[in-house]
Amino acid sequence: MTFDILLQTLASGVLIGLIYALVAIGLTMIFGVMDIVNFAHGEFLMIGMYSSFWMFALFHLDPMLTLPLTALMLFAFGVLLYKLLIVRIVNAPMVSQIFTTFGLMILLRGLAQFFWKPDFRSIENSFVAGSFKLGQIQLGKPQLVAGIGAIVVTGLIYGFLTRTKLGAALEATAADKEAARLMGIDSHRMFALAWGIGAACAGVAGVLLSTFFPIFPEVGATFILIAFVVVNLGGFGSVTGAFWAGILVGVIEVMGGLLLGPEYKLAIVLVLFLGVLMWRPQGLLGKA
Amino acid sequence: MKTFANNFLVRAALLAMGIGAAAIAQAQQEVKIGVIYPLTGAAASSGAEMRDALELAVDIINNGARSVAGLPFAAGGGLPNLKGAKIKLVFADHQGNPQVGATEAERLITQEKVSAVMGAYFSNVTATASMVAERYKVPFLNAESSSASLTQRGFKWFFRTTPHDDLFVRNQFEFLKDLKARKGIDVKSIATFNENTLWGNETTKLQAKLVPENGYTMARQIVYPAKSTQLTSEVQTLKAAAPTVVMQSSYLGDALLSMKTYKELGFSPDMILANDAGFSDTEFTKTLGKDADYIISREVWALDLAKNNPLIRQVNDLFMAKYKINFTGNSSRTFTGLMVLADAINRAGSTEPEAIRKALTETDIPASKLIMPWKGVKFDADGQNTLGQGILVQIMNGQNNTVWPFEVAAKDVVWPMPKWDQRK
Repeated sequence: MTFDILLQTLASGVLIGLIYALVAIGLTMIFGVMDIVNFAHGEFLMIGMYSSFWMFALFHLDPMLTLPLTALMLFAFGVLLYKLLIVRIVNAPMVSQIFTTFGLMILLRGLAQFFWKPDFRSIENSFVAGSFKLGQIQLGKPQLVAGIGAIVVTGLIYGFLTRTKLGAALEATAADKEAARLMGIDSHRMFALAWGIGAACAGVAGVLLSTFFPIFPEVGATFILIAFVVVNLGGFGSVTGAFWAGILVGVIEVMGGLLLGPEYKLAIVLVLFLGVLMWRPQGLLGKA
Repeated sequence: MKTFANNFLVRAALLAMGIGAAAIAQAQQEVKIGVIYPLTGAAASSGAEMRDALELAVDIINNGARSVAGLPFAAGGGLPNLKGAKIKLVFADHQGNPQVGATEAERLITQEKVSAVMGAYFSNVTATASMVAERYKVPFLNAESSSASLTQRGFKWFFRTTPHDDLFVRNQFEFLKDLKARKGIDVKSIATFNENTLWGNETTKLQAKLVPENGYTMARQIVYPAKSTQLTSEVQTLKAAAPTVVMQSSYLGDALLSMKTYKELGFSPDMILANDAGFSDTEFTKTLGKDADYIISREVWALDLAKNNPLIRQVNDLFMAKYKINFTGNSSRTFTGLMVLADAINRAGSTEPEAIRKALTETDIPASKLIMPWKGVKFDADGQNTLGQGILVQIMNGQNNTVWPFEVAAKDVVWPMPKWDQRK
């Protein structure tokens, strides 16, 4: 085991971790603002991937070009879902909320399989195909672009939450719904916004993934388990927490797999997750 | 008195005619074979293909086919040792369901009174349907199921013509041995890289035994979680172990991801020997394009085998003319299965199950009479054909070319696969 291999593994871990972070940020946003766990979040990612794939296959538009469009589409989709479906369960018991988003997950997955077939698809020869050498480490261009994209999007969301009035309103709703309402903040508008941003994050992650990961109806399930771990680890509702936890999980998974054996890579992540649940249940950056 | 005599004569004459008619019927009797396949449900398209293959085989046996003179029964006119008895297939649909398979087997045996049963493509359905046949003491011939356990049950009435999963894994080691003997290519270390469901784990277990047994060093044994989000740690581990050959079992998603990661991290073993599945999927070559080239995967059959076996071309032409499709690994094995069963029934000279079973155990068909890349058909005590073997195909320009066994190869094997940065 040489230093090069360790360095390479670290780089790969950070890059995949950034994708985990982006998926998790959307999830943690929805939870933070309205205390609903969105089980269909992986399916938003899947829809983002297919959106990218179809625009590439039908109109030969590169995923990097269609990224803003997919983000907008998913934003609209999230808002629409809130207005049509989620609004009915805002004050419902938690079990109803779980069943609703879980049912949504199965529905979206089934529709994707019905309309787009269960085949594996992929995008060949995007702008960002190939890899390049940086010193002794080899970096895949799609992964690097995806990582940078994840940082940019997280930065934008962070800026939005901390620097704009709308962002502050969103944060206020997350902190205390009742108090925010008393201050004249329309909580339904905030909830819709959270769903829009959450879905858009998953959509962007989907587009960034689509240049190097196969696209199929069940692809969301592959990422959602890790996204839940990341959200818990970072602290429910914490955007910055999800960001750092995503990177941490990516690095631990890849490094742990290399050092202790790849068959244990998920186990290592889950053990860490259990540890955090036991000793710091609010998450690494969550508020107690 | 006269009337009585007349009456007697008439009756005797009628009786004689009746006996005569029965004798004629005897001469042109039918041999009923029950066939159980997935004709509806998720695997219906495969089932339809296998039904076509069965019907072609029966058509050749009953009506003859001049263009395939080298094939047994090509003269037509039914089974010669049964006075030209014709074969009649009785179809049953198991819908991919083991329970239905068992009930249908029972119906075929008790109500349709078939002399033998064939089926059932899915290993789990073959398991239940053949259990019924075993109970009723009726021969069951399986032509397509590859789970090794089917012929480890000690059944007396079960016969399998196709090689099973274990044999396919062993084939890869025979290939490496041949490679050294014929081409002087020496493989030192092997890494196994398998997914962690039943199939990958069984494969790993067998490889762990076969690698040292055949004198290779086990560089690394990796079992990875199926449907991974990343395979970086696996590929880095492989890179650090630096094996000459990687033996890999993956379904499509993981196969694609691993290939992309190999390329990204510049991992170039001398060869990747793939265990079918994801690597044989048309989507695999379509997605990876040139990056899929040089991979060697095991297969059961390929159309380019016709280059060394004209019988394959001839039978495939008949199939094409009738059904507008080429034979595949499934339909070619089903076709062969029925031919083997017909051969046994003919040698038995009887439709009695026990006679057919005995004839099956004495089966000895040479390779030249088959459309399969096998050394022949001969069953061991467990009913497994011991002369069956798989083939290895190498992907070149997106096409599968048979490269092993060397006797039936259509193209020469390219070894080693070029390093990623040296590819055009």
